[in-house]
Amino acid sequence: MSAPLIRARGLTRVYKLGGGDVHALRGVDLDIERGEYCAIMGASGSGKSTFMNLLGALDRPSAGELVVDGEPLQDKRPDELARFRNRSVGFVFQQFNLLPRTTALDNVALPLLYRGWSLSKRRERAEVCLRMVGLADRMDHHPSQLSGGQQQRVAIARALAGEPAILLADEPTGALDSQTSEDVMDIFDRLNTEGITLIIVTHEADVGARARRQITFRDGLIVEDAR
Amino acid sequence: MNLLAALAVALIALRVNALRSFLAILGVIFGVAAVITTVSLAQGARDAVESRISALGASTLNITAGSRSRGGRQGGAGSGTPFSDADINALRTELDFIAAASGLVQSNVTAVVDGANWPTQMIGANAEYMDVRDWSLSEGRMFTEAETQRAARVAVIGQTTARELFPGGGAVGASVRVNSQPFDIIGVLGDLGAGAFGQDQNDVLLAPVTTVRSRVTGFSRAGVRDPVQQVWVKVAPGFDMELATLELEDYLRVRRNVAPGAQDNFSIRNFADLIRAFNETQRVLGLLLASAGLITLLVGGIGIMNVMLVSVTERTREIGLRLAVGARRRDIRNQFLIESVVLCSAGGVIGLGVGIAVARGIEAFGPAMGLTGLAVSVDPSVALIAIGAAAGVGVLFGFYPAVRASRLDPIEALRHE
Repeated sequence: MSAPLIRARGLTRVYKLGGGDVHALRGVDLDIERGEYCAIMGASGSGKSTFMNLLGALDRPSAGELVVDGEPLQDKRPDELARFRNRSVGFVFQQFNLLPRTTALDNVALPLLYRGWSLSKRRERAEVCLRMVGLADRMDHHPSQLSGGQQQRVAIARALAGEPAILLADEPTGALDSQTSEDVMDIFDRLNTEGITLIIVTHEADVGARARRQITFRDGLIVEDAR
Repeated sequence: MNLLAALAVALIALRVNALRSFLAILGVIFGVAAVITTVSLAQGARDAVESRISALGASTLNITAGSRSRGGRQGGAGSGTPFSDADINALRTELDFIAAASGLVQSNVTAVVDGANWPTQMIGANAEYMDVRDWSLSEGRMFTEAETQRAARVAVIGQTTARELFPGGGAVGASVRVNSQPFDIIGVLGDLGAGAFGQDQNDVLLAPVTTVRSRVTGFSRAGVRDPVQQVWVKVAPGFDMELATLELEDYLRVRRNVAPGAQDNFSIRNFADLIRAFNETQRVLGLLLASAGLITLLVGGIGIMNVMLVSVTERTREIGLRLAVGARRRDIRNQFLIESVVLCSAGGVIGLGVGIAVARGIEAFGPAMGLTGLAVSVDPSVALIAIGAAAGVGVLFGFYPAVRASRLDPIEALRHE
């Protein structure tokens, strides 16, 4: 059996604040296999967002070991982390974070800019990704001309553009109404059945219930890991 | 991320905030415009002076009797024993580095033809004066040395004078009266342009020195036969001017019986040096003005820094997102740096246009406002330097905002409202 896609051992993150140290993660051990569909649950301040930031290489652990897609993230330099983010993970944010006054196509193509691809190659790939989320007819629209659900689908297409090993979604339905949330979650479900590893951070039980594994954090530790 | 893509991103960002971008570069525009205007005017003045020097002939020396005042009160030029026709002959024959020599007497006169009169300057000289001054004729002929020797009443007329006295043309062959003495006009001078200090050289009547002396000025001095007011010589081509001046001085000291150690009782002037010295003052003034322009440019840079800082703050989330999708810190830094450089270079180009327009405007309307002798010369290298300086300001003042953008923490940047 091959090594797990994500392997965390004794993962610790301590923030130094004025009043003293805040232990956001206190030694988390976790394995996630390729193709899994996980929901990371927990109240705010439980450490789930910190864990997500570490997985996405936006932050570095204070101690412990974290290997993602074969890369030991705890000893990487900033430029190597940037490269990792560019190739191995795709982010979906609660607030979409699309560039204003930029077409859906160019928003989706953005990660490939930092891979040094030519414009035509970037757009070609972005078009494929927009089709995957059902927005082939909205490619030239700016974010302001799109509904919230459509914007989030553009963001998902952007996350897929670089063909990452993992899709990380942080409260992806937090800014959407319930019907639109359903639509977006349907896309996630479908992507997972197509083989994409999905990790969704959420505090909504019904969103978490769609995943095949629910990992619950409390006070910087995993308290429940249900399959 | 390649440069072209970064440039495209920068242009989009600047276009989105077109008004703000324009206001930000106003300082740069003014700075570059000020530098271009002042440098162009200074360069134009320098070119004009150089052309006057070459019009005068860089190998021409002017000798007058009397010494330059040095320290205490001294007799000025023209005092002391004047030079004479005999001196001119001696210079011409005894010094082989002198290619041409001429005496000169001059007087302000009124030239009269039937029905018209015109105040002008009459110059009496030898035939070689044309060679000394590198003057040419547009019509007719110059008087000969033989005509000079016999004090022929002939004259060569300047273009301005000819136009005033003979508006219908036909100066050559006509007669002009000066002091009731008729002179036959035998030639018209070519266009001589402006003199060393801007006067009109074309307003002149040139006649043999002997004739002018005896019939017009009556210039005489006790004890000196055939005196002249000035001596003009042309040094042979290729002969060093410094050496010529020194040898001429030695020769004249002996000829004029100056005791060893005593001061010269004559002075030799190299007009090219005189004009260059005059021009040096203008150059310093030009430098001063140009540096004022450069300071404006630097102040303009502060405006750029300000607007770039605002832009970084406004686009914090965008920076966070770019970092999250794989931008390296230097990609972010370069992106903002390029934006700042593009902004400033645009300011430089606009400033260049404004500067040239202002300089041309001064050139065109200056005379109407009483500013004479203005010339404008836009040197392409100055234009390039000015745009380069503007781009340099972009790097200098864009660097801090760009580095600040690149150091943002991606997590906090993504959360920024």
